[in-house]
Amino acid sequence: MAEKIKKATRHTNQNEGLIFEKSSPGKRAFELPPLDVPKVDVAKTLGAQHRRDGVEGFPEVSEIEVIRHFTRLSTWNYAIDLGMYPLGSCTMKYNPRVNEFVARLDGIATEHPYQSQELSQGCLKILQLLEKCLLEITGMDCITLQPAAGAQGELTGLLLIRAYLEKQGNARKKVLIPDSAHGTNPATAVIAGYEVQNIKSESHGQIDVDKLRDLVTEDVAALMITNPSTLGIFEERIPEIAEILHARGALLYMDGANMNALTGVMRPGDTGVDVMHLNLHKTFSTPHGGGGPGAGPVAMKKILEPFRPVPILVEREGGKLALEQVRPDSIGKVRAFGGNFGVLVRALAYILAYGPGVRQATEDAVLNANYIRKHLEGVYDLPYSLPSMHEVVFSDAKQKRNGVNTMDIAKRLIDYGFHPYTTAFPLIVPGALMIEPTESESKEECDLFIDAMKSIAEEAAATPELVKTAPHTTRVKRLDEVGAARKPVLRWKAVSRSKAAD
Amino acid sequence: MGYPANYRYTKEHEWVDAKDGVATIGITDYAQSELGDVVFVELPEAGKKLETGKSFGTVESVKAVSEIYAPVSGEVLEANPALHNKPETINSDPHGAAWMVRVKLANPAELEKLMDSAAYEAYVAAKGKEASA
Amino acid sequence: MRYLPKSPPERQEMLAAIGAKSIEELFETIPEKYRLREALKLPGPFSEAEVIDYFKQRAGENSLGYTSFLGAGVYQHLRSVITDTILLRGEFLTSYTPYQAEITQGTLQAIFEFQTLMCQLTGQEVANASMYDGSTATTEAVLMAERLTARSRVLVARSLHPEYREVLQTFAKNSGLYVEEIGYTKNGTVDAAAIKSALKDDVAAVVVQSPNFFGVLETLPGIADAAHGVGALLVVAIAEGVSLGAVKPPAEADIVAMEAQSFGLPSSYGGPFAGVIASRDKFVRQMPGRLAGETTDTEGKRGFVLTLATREQHIRREKATSNICTNQALCALAATVHLTLLGKEGLREMAEQNLAKAQFALGELQKIPGVKRAFDGPFFNEFTLEFPRSVRIINGELLKEKIAGPLALGTAYPELTKHGLVCVTETTPRAEIERFATALRGILDK
Repeated sequence: MAEKIKKATRHTNQNEGLIFEKSSPGKRAFELPPLDVPKVDVAKTLGAQHRRDGVEGFPEVSEIEVIRHFTRLSTWNYAIDLGMYPLGSCTMKYNPRVNEFVARLDGIATEHPYQSQELSQGCLKILQLLEKCLLEITGMDCITLQPAAGAQGELTGLLLIRAYLEKQGNARKKVLIPDSAHGTNPATAVIAGYEVQNIKSESHGQIDVDKLRDLVTEDVAALMITNPSTLGIFEERIPEIAEILHARGALLYMDGANMNALTGVMRPGDTGVDVMHLNLHKTFSTPHGGGGPGAGPVAMKKILEPFRPVPILVEREGGKLALEQVRPDSIGKVRAFGGNFGVLVRALAYILAYGPGVRQATEDAVLNANYIRKHLEGVYDLPYSLPSMHEVVFSDAKQKRNGVNTMDIAKRLIDYGFHPYTTAFPLIVPGALMIEPTESESKEECDLFIDAMKSIAEEAAATPELVKTAPHTTRVKRLDEVGAARKPVLRWKAVSRSKAAD
Repeated sequence: MGYPANYRYTKEHEWVDAKDGVATIGITDYAQSELGDVVFVELPEAGKKLETGKSFGTVESVKAVSEIYAPVSGEVLEANPALHNKPETINSDPHGAAWMVRVKLANPAELEKLMDSAAYEAYVAAKGKEASA
Repeated sequence: MRYLPKSPPERQEMLAAIGAKSIEELFETIPEKYRLREALKLPGPFSEAEVIDYFKQRAGENSLGYTSFLGAGVYQHLRSVITDTILLRGEFLTSYTPYQAEITQGTLQAIFEFQTLMCQLTGQEVANASMYDGSTATTEAVLMAERLTARSRVLVARSLHPEYREVLQTFAKNSGLYVEEIGYTKNGTVDAAAIKSALKDDVAAVVVQSPNFFGVLETLPGIADAAHGVGALLVVAIAEGVSLGAVKPPAEADIVAMEAQSFGLPSSYGGPFAGVIASRDKFVRQMPGRLAGETTDTEGKRGFVLTLATREQHIRREKATSNICTNQALCALAATVHLTLLGKEGLREMAEQNLAKAQFALGELQKIPGVKRAFDGPFFNEFTLEFPRSVRIINGELLKEKIAGPLALGTAYPELTKHGLVCVTETTPRAEIERFATALRGILDK
């Protein structure tokens, strides 16, 4: 087994407790410059009823301990900087380091959203250029950069649709969502005040257009589509789908999570999409950082323009940029201030680095996915025959015969030095293995991944127990999720002296 | 584990044990095995009115949440207090100690519509065949 | 292109292995008429140096060299360089959401520590792994109260940040919530008597901010009692977290919605930030967002996992407590590192410096004829002044002195046309405070 696993060996991972467990009164990690104005008495200034005497239980450690603590913790993480994440629909591509550098520049990181517009022309130019680039990429008419994440973008999109339909006299009641959709889609529709109607995909995970024709009534506000679908397959009939919806006064919302298959190759706006969101932390390389922050700009056709969240970026005479806070039909704000500016900066830096050549990234992403598909076809069950774009979905049907499922295979993949692919999603493929390599993977890394997956398939056949009890080489073994949910322990607590004495 | 002969069953995998106008309700062994390790149960308070076919609570495992549907209508007399601290009882003793609510039957005739243990066993066996097909 | 690890021969090799003659073949599922024939019209490609140069030029067109007295929900505080040292480690920066716990214990333990710190700060029992920001955290807290009480009326203080109120309105419209605003008194605090008369048993929550938007500290016990008396919940929003280093936390609150930007996050023209929801253990199942929980592995070793996930969108789908998917993990990590560095004494000292600087600034500014403090409640590091002239005009003049002056309150509060909100933190040098006072005196003398 040891020889087959080429990428990973056991890594020295120290044990490390919680920072609170290292705390001892009197230790300092940070000093402030001395106060240059007269000190004040806190109780007198605030009133005794408001006064606090320090935060109980807050850690007291030294600078070196902070550095060691977090450095040690970081060594417990897998990361893109270490290797491939084949996670479907997550687009775990390289996070360019220059993006981090420019986001931290004085004059960029230091700006206050309420400073006067004369003092913010640099920030506003960045926003304007990003808007132009994203509109060029999507083929839409206008855009809002405000939403803080994909899910918020989806919500904004649906609120725009609602506002538009309301203005026409009837907000309507339902949103159609394919059963292959990401969980945020139905959750968002409900928050936007709509009922969810599921539409079953046909055998290839595509929208069943005939069924759609029947389902689109005057009660339907929109269809939420992901293109390519969560199976990685292009929805060829999307223009027809758009027509069906438009004929009944409904709109087409596109979840842009899979733009990595389309950027520079085609534009969703050209096919009848009315509104879509983008995930800057997917397609546009901003870092996942362990789970955020992201940004979810929403691009739309002209008909939705009046409803955009405020503030709106406008160009006044003389080329001066400004933010307009008042628009009568705006849906309002979905979050305070203008948006995740720091994330927007990183996305623009990415786009500028590529320029018109951004198509090459898309081509390499699709090439990698198809290369992996070709080598694993026959090794893992492929429940459809249509061509894949930037991601491929297998099922665990073959391995299930020996009692090995997609979760087990994913855990065993960790021993081979990779992060697992997406397991058990999309729901329309039972036992799914959803694989998206992105363009950031070299042929070498793809080959290592293919070898690993082939080896695990062999193990599933010959020594299934090895796979079912994986991972074997991690610092912690499989964790008790059931116990964590039954008796949640969600914070550290100091052990009281009396308890310790018992 | 067998299915008690004197209970009645629903397609949504609830069981009902009716005596003297009071029904005790829980979920079946099949349901708990599908759910996996139960971590939490949400049950209604005494006094709540149940409507046949409508959801009256939820059962949570780590990976899934299931609604519990009322097999009969009536007023909740009591919810099982033990399930709050030991939800895992649903996995170990789904037909006995893990009863969920006791309900005063509004319409005892509704029981006739439910499956008996033989019919339910056949129903579950057919589902098993479906799953492995 | 430097981000693409393929050579032309390798691409050819891979195409051959697939059995495709060209990459175009792989895009044949896209109908021909939609396949782009020309490259997109985008600026670039830029080398690394050109990318840097572009942004340096933009940086030069902003507020470099100006001293700012702006707060109003976004605060300038000292940040250690160590925060970025940790944040820029690839294992934190480029790691994914910790769904595969065995290989993301770093992120998970850091989140657990963050949750603990937030509980300690706010005096609450449980806190989540962060929401997008303070405004959405406040909205989610209200929605949480709606679910917990099954009621739909909400009383919101006008002294709550105007943008937080706007965001709440956007969401309230679609969730059947009725939001009523309650005014403020001449001390600048929420009108508690008005709250009491508006409270009925159809109120889900009372929402106040402390320190509030005017900088004034609210008195919570009476409001909490009144709310609880009708079975409503008290939601307290906190925009300036550093205040918790010197001000008693809102233990009476049922839910606290806090903005964590003050803890080591740069102002960054408005984001990304990190919101926090902290509440009581008994409400945890209605709490949105991610939660990291402690557990053990098969060998009894302590570890951490995302837990209570069944509340979340990826499992409950349309029945989820929220549609939120992300947490602001990297921002929460920044706050964790920052607060760990500050520690108990550092945070106390920082808070006390803020208090001292703001008191000093108020003293200096009040000496100027025509300038008076608008509200007389206790304040932390922000206060509202009334000026004899329009704040906008004053600010226009202050700009010439390279000073970004007080926030004019007239747009958000039409009754406060001559009022401005001044913020002073530990980062404002005394000399700059004095220069501001001198400049203002000069402007008003004219």
